[in-house]
Amino acid sequence: MGSRVEILNDGGFRSDGRRQFELRDMTIDLSQQGQADGCAVVTHGLTQVLVSVFGPREAKMRSQTMHDRANISVEVNVAAFSTGERRKRTRGDKRILELAATIKSTFEPVVQTNLYPRSQIDVYVQVLQQDGGLLQACINATTLALVNAGIPLLDFVCAVSGGVHSTSPLLDLTLLEENDIPNVTVAMMPKTGKVTLVTMETRLHVDRFEEIFRLAGDAGKVIHGEMKNAVRSRTSALVAAMGSGPRVGGVDVAADKDGDDRMNEY
Amino acid sequence: MRPPSPSIPEKEFLVASLKESLRLDGRLPLETRTPILTFGPELGWVECALGKTRVVAEVEGKMVKPTPERPFEGSSRYTRRYRPWRRASTSPVGRASDEEVTITRMLDKVLRRSDAVDKESLCILAGQRVWHLRLTLHFLSDAGNMLDCACLAGIVALKHFRRPDVEVIGDEVTVHEPTERAPIPLAIHHTPFCFTFAFFPDPSIPPVIDPSQLEQRLSAGLLSVALNAQRELCVVQKLGGVPLDPDDVLKIVSVAVQKAKELNNVVDARLREDWEARKVEVT
Repeated sequence: MGSRVEILNDGGFRSDGRRQFELRDMTIDLSQQGQADGCAVVTHGLTQVLVSVFGPREAKMRSQTMHDRANISVEVNVAAFSTGERRKRTRGDKRILELAATIKSTFEPVVQTNLYPRSQIDVYVQVLQQDGGLLQACINATTLALVNAGIPLLDFVCAVSGGVHSTSPLLDLTLLEENDIPNVTVAMMPKTGKVTLVTMETRLHVDRFEEIFRLAGDAGKVIHGEMKNAVRSRTSALVAAMGSGPRVGGVDVAADKDGDDRMNEY
Repeated sequence: MRPPSPSIPEKEFLVASLKESLRLDGRLPLETRTPILTFGPELGWVECALGKTRVVAEVEGKMVKPTPERPFEGSSRYTRRYRPWRRASTSPVGRASDEEVTITRMLDKVLRRSDAVDKESLCILAGQRVWHLRLTLHFLSDAGNMLDCACLAGIVALKHFRRPDVEVIGDEVTVHEPTERAPIPLAIHHTPFCFTFAFFPDPSIPPVIDPSQLEQRLSAGLLSVALNAQRELCVVQKLGGVPLDPDDVLKIVSVAVQKAKELNNVVDARLREDWEARKVEVT
């Protein structure tokens, strides 16, 4: 065995120089990509995911339409070059199917599908780089792409991963940490504080789980702040590009200000 | 073909009774069906029944050459045979349905990834011979909560299984017949049990454990918790569905802790009983 990497050293630093509760650098790009109605490229450190949303549009297959709500279809594609060891994953891979099913069922209660009966919303997830926290990146990117496509959501869905190294909880794990310690992914809705998704795959004591579960809930709020800022700056950039500024005839300034305040609440 | 959805009166009746904390089969919301474990004549053959849900698990062991990457570890393989779904499956032919994918992945996590069986103890001769275990699960009938039933059947089968004793002298491996030497049980680190809870869209309805088929169909989300009697969680899985309060999730985990202890006692007692019955008095 070579030298083992210390997950958390005596000084309280992790292998990539972060503190215990420090999140990785998160960048969000909401610019237009090709023909998609809504797009988002989200990076958490070295994990990068591109999500494109098409729709709501008429379903390709008649059998998939539902008379009272829209159908959400999710397809996940993991690029062969995204991991350290180059490997082509087929579409039938159980892990990828599970990831797609997870994203779909996470967003089904959040998207207001009842507004678009007999239609379909297609979500295509492209995993470009993987360095831990794949599910978290996929969920955050999907939320932003749906927002960008103008599809009404009940709330943001903010996901974050966490783990426990012996007794000390860590947030936002890299691949190295993910392989070594028990890890949890939690997706929460910041407005109500409710949890839509919890997954954990490795052995962990109940008391430790409670601790990291609550911490991840708090971290979700921080992620929410980042996401909100990105959406706001994208929207204001679009508005500026339209050259609209404060309108003279239609909406008066006071009402507009009111709308701005309302947006602040989200 | 979509499976026939429950009729409106059925749905309304179920929801109305659940609001009064009554379930159609007379259980309390947090009461599981008692598992009935039947052991076959061979070691490692178990039938587990939760009400009318039935799953058969069988374990076979054979000797193989280990993979060059892991010369000290035995291997295991789990195969599943799905019967009750294939007909009413919603997905096109050839692709697994969502439920199938969830169960397959969950079984993999509970039985294999949680390291229930010690793999290094399955090694006979490093790099030459290791035990290869094959666990086959046959899903016979579905009356709801197939996942818990399959997990229980799988883990009990692994606990019930005994492999023949082997002796290694130099490079020579001798396998002793069960009639010669008593077969050896597998080295099992811990026994994870899986519990599934169903949630309903109406917040006034309490979550129910071990949902029946109708409850499962009408539920708006499932939360599966796999843990052992030592209060260690192995898998927590809530994939979407109704959003829950963090406190509710933790409450459910503590319910599962209690249930795991009870189930562990039941399983241990049943295994001991079966083992006693297998002893033949030599006079």
